[in-house]
Amino acid sequence: MLEASDLDCQRGGRALFRGLSFALRGGELLRVAGENGSGKTSLLKILCGLLAPDQGEVRWRGEPIRRLREDYARNLVYLGHAPAVKDDLTAAENLSIACTLAGIEAPAQSVHEALARYGLAAGQAPVRKLSQGQRRRAALARLLLSQGVPLWLLDEPFAALDASAARLTEELIARHVAGGGAVVYTTHQDANIDVKEPRVVELG
Amino acid sequence: MIAAARCIVVRDLLLALRRRSDVATALLFFVIVASLFPLGVGAEPNLLRAVAPGVIWVAALLSTMLSLGRLFAADHADGTLEQMLLGAAPLGVVVAAKSFAHWLAAGLPLVAIAPVIALQYDLPASLYGVLALSLLLGTPVLSLIGAIGAALTLGLRGGGVLLSLLVLPLYVPVLIIGAGSVDMAAAGLAPAGQLQLLAAMLVVAAAFAPWAIAAALRISTE
Repeated sequence: MLEASDLDCQRGGRALFRGLSFALRGGELLRVAGENGSGKTSLLKILCGLLAPDQGEVRWRGEPIRRLREDYARNLVYLGHAPAVKDDLTAAENLSIACTLAGIEAPAQSVHEALARYGLAAGQAPVRKLSQGQRRRAALARLLLSQGVPLWLLDEPFAALDASAARLTEELIARHVAGGGAVVYTTHQDANIDVKEPRVVELG
Repeated sequence: MIAAARCIVVRDLLLALRRRSDVATALLFFVIVASLFPLGVGAEPNLLRAVAPGVIWVAALLSTMLSLGRLFAADHADGTLEQMLLGAAPLGVVVAAKSFAHWLAAGLPLVAIAPVIALQYDLPASLYGVLALSLLLGTPVLSLIGAIGAALTLGLRGGGVLLSLLVLPLYVPVLIIGAGSVDMAAAGLAPAGQLQLLAAMLVVAAAFAPWAIAAALRISTE
């Protein structure tokens, strides 16, 4: 499904990685490992098309993603470092807006269910009043509504999460992979994702 | 695609509603700048009547500038802009919707309040219509052109000042034609020609600016 060939990336005049190649099929889990500053976030941004690699290209089902643009974007979920929630909106508003923009149908009922699974009560409180971990939960709840999207790119999904939310996220990732989806993620925590033959790319 | 555009407009208006102070600041700025001139140049009615269209238009320009800085910067800071770049709808449509929402929150109130300012300048009541109409056609152009500048200066240090330097010169044609239409009407001539020119500028800006904004955003987020 996803193919990276010969990727080079430089940030601030320093080469982060060179000649990085891998291919990911449906039903595979790839962990991007490496120290701080080794280019994990840059790699994920390159994979989703937010950043152009200095050399090489990323292909989705054989087509370069530069050419596919929205057609590629419809096939992926990217959760970056920032939780991507607006402080002045409620968690439910944030989630339903994120889904609409991603082209996913999200009726109010399923939005509330997804937030409830992540332990966020349906309230009128703006996200500003929530803690860092709760914001993260509000962002991750999107995964519950994105089961049908084939590719997930998750940057530090377990950061700031408590044990129960981390376990739920691990389960969701495992279920997505078991259902034929592909997941690329980075983490510093010891994630325990129940997947056959998880793969690792080591940077730096 | 239409669902995404509507979603963005509703979202930005909802955010403006939750942060009413931001909208009120730009509007009050407009009122205060326009009110300073009679104090500065003196209360000679003929002079005030003559400068009114230009002053009101310049105040509208500056007030629009004031709210432009936030157009993409806030979304950039919390990561929601990345999600828009990776959305299912073409980026051009998304930024067109954002510019439209910016105009609804920042431009339309100026159109509504301009006749009240005109009262201060003793502008004949027959000119209110032309003044409001010229602003109605001109302020969306200001939002669209301004959004290009806001996208280009995204994430730069001192971006606010740079944005003014970049965008204000581009506003000059709109200013000349917009204020000119009211002057024409004041002189007893038909302002239709100027207004049609403004309408033409709006059509061209609406057709091409979104793609320029989208391209600028892609450059400045890399």
